[in-house]
Amino acid sequence: MSNPELILAPGAARVPPHGPLLVLAAGAAIAAPFLLSEYWINAIIVPFLILSLAGLGLNLLTGYAGQISLGAGAFMMVGAYATFAFQLRLPGLPLPLALLAAGAIAGAAGLVFGAPSSRIRGFYLIVSTLAAQFFLEWLFLKFPWFYNGNSSATIQLPAGLHVGGYSLETPHGRYFLVLATVAALSWAALNLVRGQTGRNWQAVRDMDTAAAVIGVPVRRAKLQAFAISSAILGIAGALWAFAYLGSASVQSFGLMRSYQILFIIIIGGLGTIRGAYLGAAFVSILPLALDWAFQFAFRGHVDAGLLQNLQKVIYGTLIIWFLIREPEGLARLLRRARR
Amino acid sequence: MNLFLETLIGGLLAGTMYSLVAIGFVLIYKASGVFNYAQGAILLFAALTFVSLTDQGVPAVAAVALTIAALVVLSVGVERLVLRPLTNRSPMTLFMATLGLSYIIEGVAQGLMGAQVRAIDLGIEDVPIFLGDILISRFDLIAAGVAGALVLGLSLLFNRTRIGVSLRGVADDTRAALSIGIDINRIWQIVWTVAGLVGLVAGLLWGARQGVQFSLSLVVLKALPVLIIGGFTSIGGAIAGGLIVSAAEALAETYLGPFLGGGITPWFAYVLALGFLFIRPAGLFGEAEIERV
Amino acid sequence: MKHLILAALLAGTSLVTPTAIQAETAQYIPLPTYRTGPYASSGELWWAGLLDYFRYVNEVEGGIDGVKLNYEEFETEWSPDRTVEVYERVKNGKDGSPLAFFFTHGTPATHALLEKAAADHIPLIDPAGGKTESIDGTVFPYAFPLLFSYYSQATTGIAYIAQKEGGYDRLRGKKIATLYHDSAYGRETQAAVAKLAEKYGFENIQIPVADPGNEQSPQWRQIRELKPDWVFLRTWGVSTPVAIKTAARFGFPADHIIGDVWAGSESDVIPAGKAAVGYQALAPYPGGSDFEIHRRIKAAILDKGKSDLRDPKFFGAVNYNIGLVNGALAVEALRTGYARFGARPLNGEEGRWAFEHLTIDPARLKEIGFDGLLQPISITPTDHEGGGAARIQQWDGAKWVLQTDWIKADTDLVKALVAEKSAAYAKEHKITPRNPAAETDPS
Repeated sequence: MSNPELILAPGAARVPPHGPLLVLAAGAAIAAPFLLSEYWINAIIVPFLILSLAGLGLNLLTGYAGQISLGAGAFMMVGAYATFAFQLRLPGLPLPLALLAAGAIAGAAGLVFGAPSSRIRGFYLIVSTLAAQFFLEWLFLKFPWFYNGNSSATIQLPAGLHVGGYSLETPHGRYFLVLATVAALSWAALNLVRGQTGRNWQAVRDMDTAAAVIGVPVRRAKLQAFAISSAILGIAGALWAFAYLGSASVQSFGLMRSYQILFIIIIGGLGTIRGAYLGAAFVSILPLALDWAFQFAFRGHVDAGLLQNLQKVIYGTLIIWFLIREPEGLARLLRRARR
Repeated sequence: MNLFLETLIGGLLAGTMYSLVAIGFVLIYKASGVFNYAQGAILLFAALTFVSLTDQGVPAVAAVALTIAALVVLSVGVERLVLRPLTNRSPMTLFMATLGLSYIIEGVAQGLMGAQVRAIDLGIEDVPIFLGDILISRFDLIAAGVAGALVLGLSLLFNRTRIGVSLRGVADDTRAALSIGIDINRIWQIVWTVAGLVGLVAGLLWGARQGVQFSLSLVVLKALPVLIIGGFTSIGGAIAGGLIVSAAEALAETYLGPFLGGGITPWFAYVLALGFLFIRPAGLFGEAEIERV
Repeated sequence: MKHLILAALLAGTSLVTPTAIQAETAQYIPLPTYRTGPYASSGELWWAGLLDYFRYVNEVEGGIDGVKLNYEEFETEWSPDRTVEVYERVKNGKDGSPLAFFFTHGTPATHALLEKAAADHIPLIDPAGGKTESIDGTVFPYAFPLLFSYYSQATTGIAYIAQKEGGYDRLRGKKIATLYHDSAYGRETQAAVAKLAEKYGFENIQIPVADPGNEQSPQWRQIRELKPDWVFLRTWGVSTPVAIKTAARFGFPADHIIGDVWAGSESDVIPAGKAAVGYQALAPYPGGSDFEIHRRIKAAILDKGKSDLRDPKFFGAVNYNIGLVNGALAVEALRTGYARFGARPLNGEEGRWAFEHLTIDPARLKEIGFDGLLQPISITPTDHEGGGAARIQQWDGAKWVLQTDWIKADTDLVKALVAEKSAAYAKEHKITPRNPAAETDPS
């Protein structure tokens, strides 16, 4: 996994915070729900934010610490099911604490499936994360305890989203819950990667044998990355289930979800915080934009099946085109554009 | 005891079907270092092309020839438009690119040839054969024979032909191969075509069992643990891995399944592969990589 | 690239959409579809049937009481997440027409939308699918798992087996194995079969197949060991043909396998080839193109080159007929609503009233050309199933042959189970069941 290009990537760490820009972004984020239609919030902005958070989580592991994972969906699943369990069985626990606790459980799951990373390196590590993916899918479907014996094996919060008696079951409520969570965790992640932890991760990524020689606790750094990444993924999963979908089943967190999250960070930019946002914007908006464009241009003139398949072909082509044109993702593109 | 033997033998025989899929991966990984997720889509594409042609009344031999022609076009296209521009990128980028590629191939295959399920009749009647009390599937026996013949053919190709020798050169040391004037791009095109051909054989056999349809592309998920156990670079490993995974899955579902509520095959293979990885990190037959600081 | 996205965004938000139909009178019907991905083989035919029927209503009958149908497709690849996105996109209607109902076209999508739709007052229509206990309209006012619920499927399947064995009393001591897709869908019949096993004294064997199910030797080896008399097949997608083929390999007779609704189409048996000859399946949507509606659609749509069907060979295939029947249910419900509220696009509350008062009696079935293809339907505020019967069809190697007339489910058993489960749901979600008798109509 020694990729010289990655070492050179300056990363967000060295870019000084843009004070005015930050205020502007915060203002836009708070004003957004009042300017946009409900559809935009429910179907585009909220999933985009949650996917960004998931991308962020995976980026810590894969982008910063260099550990490939195809199990992002699995850890999101753990977070969703854990949140459900807390809300159902400990109704007194407020939602933010339940989310944190679910994050901790997802982090623990990450530790378990990350343990082989001390022995297995590089591409082979995907087996461990794939094992997590398939095993957890089976586990949560097999034992009714996890979904409280619901006949359709789906989970939904018994009392809906609420904080301290205040219901968040409105488009604005959901939006602000997601926004607050994403902002807080992004800030935490930013601090983390700028500190010693982040430097250790990058040392491990760039060359783990060398890192060990210079005294970086390699094993600990890897496990730390697995735990923290999975915890963030877990919280993202809980939001995906309850703030976006409303109810979820293991299907919502299948292998395709894991691929999608990996796409996000590769297209957005490995080893950058903003890459997760850019990548999430790409994968969540592009299919919709294609769909709209096609509906607009061809509706009724071309066989619908052919049209849908063509759309899929274009999506695949764009992914490859991006990988070729922009090896370091959209984050790099943005940096270049700014210069 | 009979149940055990029957499960074991049935599992081993069915394993060759997994191996067939895995061999396609190994070929491509060996030659171009790409973990080709699109192998499933290629398998679907090849089988669908063949069936669409025979449905139109094209004789089987001509259909095979035309399918090979289509695979050549596909391989040249992949090499020119995807592999060449992505030379020297990280394995993960290449993996993602093949995921994109699988969308393209699936879209083209389903868009052009329709989504309907097609039946292939290979003329193999799948009636049980009994060895004493033990039931053996005739279909699996024949599939195992086909897989064996294919491996034999491939080893002839690699060991006895000029192409094969250059190919092994590329696999062993890309830089050295380049320096002695081997056209690596041509090698890639050939290998992708051969992998497509292996995909066609696998696609026809799997297709005869479950119909030629989109789900064929999902058999890649079965191949992954096989590759891990057998190693990414060894055809012999792919065969052994297929047999191990399939037999272990069958035994686990029969003996372990009832205690766990059944349906454990999807993850069992991965956990097994994980176990193997701990013992032999480069797979049973894979070459261990030496890491330089 | 940027231009493309920009153009697309503009297109999406713009009000100008190329609709051939006059905006002010058309009823908007969004359709989440799956023409790509693993389930496209069923989907393709399904949408063809549905679209052909809507086209027929629009062009031949001039709409419903003059109101045309403005339908629009959205690709989902059968992913519930994408269906949720589509729902959000369309729930406020389009071109001045509100949404009267939303077809989910998949049980997982129905589950994902259940609460949202109830909050938004939009009926979710998922015939022969959905959440079984949502038959109970007092707890689930906006869920309509019409026609043939999973419990009905189980009881009808067992009823047919009893009929073949010579009566329910002959079931005692028999073994019936259910081979099921290991998912919520696959498990949905377990409660009903367990009750039936208790009642009639047969041995209930449940064997799961993990998704996607393209290798089933261990399962069928187990079946060979246990020697059940019948197998109830509750698979989906590729696991059905693989099950039928593997059964043949292990010497289990195909004519002792009864498939459920979603394991009984051409896509399920054609790939299995000769092994499928004799295989039987529950058919709330029988296959065949000899029904009156097929004659009409052939003349008005197919022969005029207006059909959505790519290959006319599949005219009258089970999946095509699913589309026709679902189309007819929607159209007849809208007709009921127009009679009550006037001929104009309905909103969700009016749509619910319309579905809750939908009655299609045998005479009406004859009029609309669905005699034999659709069972008589009577939906009420308390019963959102309204049918609960299926015919049995058998595959002869080339086509489905109907074996029986409509076989009714064990309604009492279904109702008792549904009441139990829906009460539990109401309790968990703190829902006070409504009292339809005390309600006033929306107006």
